[in-house]
Amino acid sequence: MDFPTDISYTETHEWVRTSGSGKAVVGLTAYAQQQLRDVVFIELPKVGKKFRAKDPCAVVESVKAAFDIYVPVSGEIIEVNTELEDRPELVNEDPYGKGWIFKINMSNPNELKALLSAETYKKLCEKGKH
Amino acid sequence: MDYVPHTDKDKKEMLKEIGVESTDALFQTVPEGLKKVSLDIPGALSEQELLSRLKGLSKKNCNLDEYISFLGAGTYDHFCPSIVDHLSSRGEFLTSYTPYQAEASQGTLQAIYEFQTLIAELTAMDVANASLYDGASALAEAALLALRHTERKNVVVSKGIHPEYREVLRTYLSHLGVNIIEVEVPDGITDVKAVQTAAGSGTAAVLVQNPNFFGCLEDVDRLSATVHDKGALLVSCVNPISLGIIRPPGEYGVDIAVGDAQPLGNYPSFGGPHVGFFAVKKEFMRKIPGRLVGITDDVKGRRGFVLTLQAREQHIRRQRAVSNICTNQNLLALRACIYLSAIGKEGLRELAELNLQKSHYAFDQICALDGFEPLFERPFFNEFAVKLPKGIQLRINSVLFGNGVIGGLPLGRFYRELEGSMLFCVTEKKTKGDIDRLVSVLKEASGGQTR
Repeated sequence: MDFPTDISYTETHEWVRTSGSGKAVVGLTAYAQQQLRDVVFIELPKVGKKFRAKDPCAVVESVKAAFDIYVPVSGEIIEVNTELEDRPELVNEDPYGKGWIFKINMSNPNELKALLSAETYKKLCEKGKH
Repeated sequence: MDYVPHTDKDKKEMLKEIGVESTDALFQTVPEGLKKVSLDIPGALSEQELLSRLKGLSKKNCNLDEYISFLGAGTYDHFCPSIVDHLSSRGEFLTSYTPYQAEASQGTLQAIYEFQTLIAELTAMDVANASLYDGASALAEAALLALRHTERKNVVVSKGIHPEYREVLRTYLSHLGVNIIEVEVPDGITDVKAVQTAAGSGTAAVLVQNPNFFGCLEDVDRLSATVHDKGALLVSCVNPISLGIIRPPGEYGVDIAVGDAQPLGNYPSFGGPHVGFFAVKKEFMRKIPGRLVGITDDVKGRRGFVLTLQAREQHIRRQRAVSNICTNQNLLALRACIYLSAIGKEGLRELAELNLQKSHYAFDQICALDGFEPLFERPFFNEFAVKLPKGIQLRINSVLFGNGVIGGLPLGRFYRELEGSMLFCVTEKKTKGDIDRLVSVLKEASGGQTR
C-alpha cells in the first residue's frame, strides 16, 4: 500500500497536496479506493462554491458503497477533475495522480496543520481498518 | 385458532425485566379519559349474515357501471381491458414482497424496468423512475430536485396546475424556506409574461401542467424559452393518455416530466390509490428520487434486473438521500405497464383521438344550449370548462345525479372567481348516447332551447 510522504491526509481518507500558492489538490487515498473497490461514479462539487473544513462536498460511488468526500481545508473550489465523469476508474488506477478530485483555494492555510502525516495516517489504516 | 402474541407468563417476565409492577402501571401516562373509550361493536355474525350485511352496505355506493360520469379533474374514468385485472391479480405479482433480493425478484424487477421504459418513451425523456405515490407527490419531488440542483430558493407555479397538487407542493416545501410564487391563468393558459416577471435568478423551477387543470393546452414553447432564459428548470405535469396525440414533454425542453398514471389501467375507485411517474433528462439521472431499476449482466453473462443507487439512497448514505421516498407504487405501476403493453402504440394514439373527438362533440353540444358558454376559447384535450346558466348552477349536479349522470366539477370549489363554471371530462368510455343524455338533462334542467 502506497502512502506518499509529500502529501497530507485526513481521518476521513482524503489526501491534500499543496503547491505553496494557497491552493490545494484533493483526492481519495489509495487505502480508501481499495476498500471501496471499483468506483463507478463521482458527484463532483460545483466550481466557485465555498466550503468550510469537514463539510461534505462530493460523493464517490462504487460497486460496493457510496462515500462522502469532505473538504479537508476551508476555501473555494477552483477546479474539478471533469475527466472522472467519463473515467471514474481513475480514482482506483491512479488515486494520487490522475484520480485527483478537486482543487481548492484555501481561505485558512493554517488548517493544514491539523491534517495527518503519511506515517500517522498509515497507522490509522492499519489499526482501525476504518 | 386464537392468536396470542404473548402469554400471561410472557407478560410477567417482560414487566419484571423492565421493573414495572403491572401493565396498568406501564401505561399510566395515558390520560384516564382515553382509557375508558368503549367501542360500540355489534356481536359476531355468521358468514352468511356478514355477506348479506356487507352487500347491503355496498349497495349504498353508486358505481361507474351504473352511472355515467363526466367528472375528471385528476381522476379519470377510462376503459380498463380485462387483461389488466387478470395479470395484475396473479399471485406472483399481487403478493410479491418488495424486490430487495434481486435473485428472487426478477419478474417484479423486469416489470418495473418495463414500466420505466414505457414512461420514458411516452414522455420522450431519457430516464424514468419506478413510480411514486401519485402525481401530486411526483410534482413536489420535481420541485425538490430542481431546488437541490440549482441551489436556488424559489419556485414559480402556474395556477393551471391541479389545486390539490399545489397544496401537496406547499406541504412538501413548507419547512425548506422556499418561496412559492403562483402565476395566474387569465384566459385558460398560464400567463407567460407573468412567468417572465415572476421568475428570476433565484428561481429553481417553473411548474406547469399540460393539458392544464382546465383541460387547455399550454403555450409550451414560449414557456420553455422563458424558463430556460432564467436558468431555471421547466417541470411539466402531463396526462399520459394525452401523449397519444399531443407533443411529449421531452420535445419541448422539459427538464422534469411528472404525472399520474391512474388513467393507465387503474380504476378511479374513490379517488385513489393513484400512481405517480417521474422522468428526467439524463443530466438529472443521479438526482431522481425513489426507486430505480437497472439492467445488467450476472457473472455468467445472463441478463438481470437490479435496484440501482440503492446503497446510496437507502443503506449507507441515507441521511443525505435525495428523498425520503425509497419505495414505489408497484402494483399500480404494473397495471399501467400491462395497460400500455396491451393497447400498444397505435392503440394509444387512437384512444387519445377518441378522447379528443368525444370531448369536442360534448363541448359543441353543451355550448349550443341556451345560457351555456365556453369559459375559455382554447384548444383542449379531454376536459373543458363551461359557464352554466345562472338558475341551475347550484342544483345541476343533483339533477344530473337523479338521472344517472355524474356531472362535472364546480370550479368555484377551487377558484372563487370561477364560481358558476363547471369542468367536464369526456373519455373514450362515453358513448354518443351517454353524451346526448348529459346534454338533454342539462337542457331540460335549464329549461332552455337549443340555439
